Amino acid sequence: MNINFLKYKKIYFIFSAILILASSGFLIIFGLKPGIDFTGGSILEIEYKTERPSNQEIKETLSNLDLGEVLIQATEERGIILKMKDISEDTHQEVLEKLKENKELEERRFESIGPVIGQELKEKTKIVIILSLLAIVLYIAWAFRKISRPLPSWQYGIASLLALFHDVLIPIGILSVLGKFYGVQITIPVITALLAVLGYSINNTVVVFDRIRENLLRQAGTYQEIVNNSLNQTLTRSINTSLTTLFVLVAIFFLGGVTLKYFALALILGIIAGTYSSIFLASPILVAWLKWRKRV
Amino acid sequence: MSKKKTYIIIAFIFILAFFAGNLVYPHTKIFGVGVYPQFLPQIPFKLGLDLQGGSHLVYEADLSNVEKEEYSSAMQGLRDVIERRVNLFGVQEPIVQTQEARGRYRLIVELAGIIDPAEAIKMIGQTPFLEFKEPKENYEEIIENNQKTLERGEGELEDPYQTTVLTGKYLEKAELGFDQTATYKSLVLLQFDDEGSKIFEDLTSRNVGKPLAIYIDGLPISAPIVQETISGGRAQITGDFTIEEAQSLARNLNAGALPVPIKLISQQSVGPTLGKISLEKSLQAGILGFLLIILFMIFFYRLPGILSALTLGIYAAVVLSLFKLIPVTLTLAGIGGFILSIGMAIDANILIFSRMREELRGQKSFAQSVEDGFNRAWPSIRDGNLTTLIVAVILFGFGTSFIKGFALTLSLGILISMLSAIFITKNFLKCFIRTRLENWKWLWY
Repeated sequence: MNINFLKYKKIYFIFSAILILASSGFLIIFGLKPGIDFTGGSILEIEYKTERPSNQEIKETLSNLDLGEVLIQATEERGIILKMKDISEDTHQEVLEKLKENKELEERRFESIGPVIGQELKEKTKIVIILSLLAIVLYIAWAFRKISRPLPSWQYGIASLLALFHDVLIPIGILSVLGKFYGVQITIPVITALLAVLGYSINNTVVVFDRIRENLLRQAGTYQEIVNNSLNQTLTRSINTSLTTLFVLVAIFFLGGVTLKYFALALILGIIAGTYSSIFLASPILVAWLKWRKRV
Repeated sequence: MSKKKTYIIIAFIFILAFFAGNLVYPHTKIFGVGVYPQFLPQIPFKLGLDLQGGSHLVYEADLSNVEKEEYSSAMQGLRDVIERRVNLFGVQEPIVQTQEARGRYRLIVELAGIIDPAEAIKMIGQTPFLEFKEPKENYEEIIENNQKTLERGEGELEDPYQTTVLTGKYLEKAELGFDQTATYKSLVLLQFDDEGSKIFEDLTSRNVGKPLAIYIDGLPISAPIVQETISGGRAQITGDFTIEEAQSLARNLNAGALPVPIKLISQQSVGPTLGKISLEKSLQAGILGFLLIILFMIFFYRLPGILSALTLGIYAAVVLSLFKLIPVTLTLAGIGGFILSIGMAIDANILIFSRMREELRGQKSFAQSVEDGFNRAWPSIRDGNLTTLIVAVILFGFGTSFIKGFALTLSLGILISMLSAIFITKNFLKCFIRTRLENWKWLWY
C-alpha cells in the first residue's frame, strides 16, 4: 500500500491555512482568559455536607464583604468554586464563617495570589516560551545539518517551525473559544501543556524528516517520490504513537480531576494538530518549496 | 555466545524488575508470605502539597527599616525565627526558604499535611513581645494608691512598673518546665543570651527583695520577687499555667518578635480530602491509560505487543522506584508528566516494531530484522526524544513549581524509556532468535 500523500497538498495547505486564520481570528476577537496564576486573585473550593445552596443565596450571604466580583461555579455533586479578587487571610476566614452560618461545609482548597506574583509569573512564562522555541530551532538546525541536497538543512528547520506554529496556534484558538463560552482559563498547567506540545510536535516531524534523510541516501527517485515513501513508511508509527499518547491523555481528561483537565485537553488538541501537521504539512511544504525553487 | 549474553541480560532485567516492583509496592503476598525481603528498606512516595494536603505560603518581608547591607542577614534571622515557629506544628519536613525577586525579599513556607492552615498562618504571623519591668522608685506608694483607688471604685490606676531594656530580643530560648517543689506546676524556663544575662544580672541585683514583672504583649503575666542576684541568665515564669498554656507560651517566646514585619501575599492551601481525591483520580487515570496502551499494543503488534507490554510494566516499576529512591516529590503535575511519559515511552517500541516488520516483509532473516529494525529505528528514537527532553529541561530550569514537577518526571521518564528500548525491548526480541517461534509469522506481523 502506497498512498500518494503529496497529490493533494494544495488542499492540506488550504485546510491548515483556514484553521490558522480561524484560530488567529478567535484569539484576536475573544482573547485568552488568564487564570489567577497570572492576574492575581483567589479561588475557594468548598464542599457542602448536605445540599448546595443556590448561587443567589451564596452571593447574598457574602454581599457585605468586599470581595469584588464573585464568580460561583458548581463542581461535582455538592461543591462550589468561588473566584474573586485576592483577599487577605482575615477576609478568607470571614468568608468561610459567613458561608458556614447557613450550611455545614468543608473547605477543600484555597488559593490567593497577589498581583505582584502573577505579574512575575507572566514574565517568567514569557522567558520560558522564548527559550523553548529558541532551543528547538537550534536543535533542528543541528539535527539536519548533514542534509544539503536537494534542499538545504535550514529549510527543514523552517518547515518544522511552521508546523510547530500551526500545532500550538490551533489549540490556543480553541482554548480562546472555550474561554469565551465556558470560562476556560489559561493557567500554568495549560501553558505547561502547550510547551509540551512544542516538544511533542517536533518529535513527530523529526521522525518523518529522519526517514526522508535516510531514504535520500538509500533510494533512487525524485524528491517527491522519496518524501512520499517516507510518509508512507512512518504513517503507522505516527498514528500509533499519537494514539497511545492520546489514550493516556483522554484517561487524564476524564478521570484526572479539575487541575489536570485542561492540561490534558490542551495536550490532546496539540497532539492531534501535531500528528496532522507532521504528515500533511511539514513534508508537503518541503516538496512545494523545492518545486518553487526550480521554477524560479 | 551472543545468545547466552542475551539470556544473562534478560535474567538481570527480571531481577531488576523484581526489586523495582517490590520497592514500588512492597506488600505483594504469595500464599500469605510477603515476597519482598524484610531486610530491605521500605520507602514511601514523597507526596507534594496538592496530593497530601498542605499549605504553600509566600510572605513578603518589609525591609524598609533595615540597612541595605543587612538585608540578607535580616532575612536569615527571619527565616530562623519562622522556622522555629513552623517546627512546632509537627508537620513533616516543613520548608522555609528565603527568595529574592528583583529587590523584593520573600519567605516561602511549605507545610505538608497541615490540618488547620488558618491556625498556622495566625501563629506564623504572631509577634509576642516579652518584656521585663522593674518596680518604679515609689513602688510601694503606687501600690497603696492603687489599693485605695480600687476600694473607692473610681479613679485611675497607675502602673507601678517601669520599662527596662530587657526584652525578648535577648532571649536565647524558652522551654516548658515544672516546678520542682511538691506542686509540680508547669512553668516556662527562660535562658538569655550573653548580653541578656548581663542585663538580667544587673536588673536582679538592683531589685533584690522586690518584684520583677514579666509582661507578654503588654500584659503582666507574673511578678516574682527577686531573692538574690541571678547570673547566668536563667529565669522562670510561674504563672497559673496549665501544661498547654505553658507550652504555648514557651513556643511563642521562642518565636520571639520577628526581626522584620512580614505580609502574606500568596497562599495555596489544599485540604487533605481534596489531596486524597486528586491522588486517587490521577492513579485511576494512569492505570486506565496504561491498560488501554497495553491492549492496543497487543492487538496491533501481537507477540511484540506482549513484549512491549512487559517492557512498559518494567519501565513503570523502574521509574516509580526511582521516584522513591531519588526522591522526587510527586505532585499532580508530576503524575501528569509521568502518565504522559508512559504514552511516549511506548513510542520507542512502536518505532522498533514498525521498522522490524518492514524488514521482515523485505524477506530478511529474523535475526537480521531484529538487528536492522533496531538500528534503523534508533536515530528517530534518539532525535525524537531529545527534542522533548530539551523542552523539559528548559521547563525545569525556569519554571514554577507546577512546571518543574511536570518537567522532572517527564524527563526522567523519557530517559528511562530510551534506556528501556535499548536494553529491555531489544533483548526480549533477541531471545526469540533461532527459536521455533521466529517462524510463526503471524505472531510477528
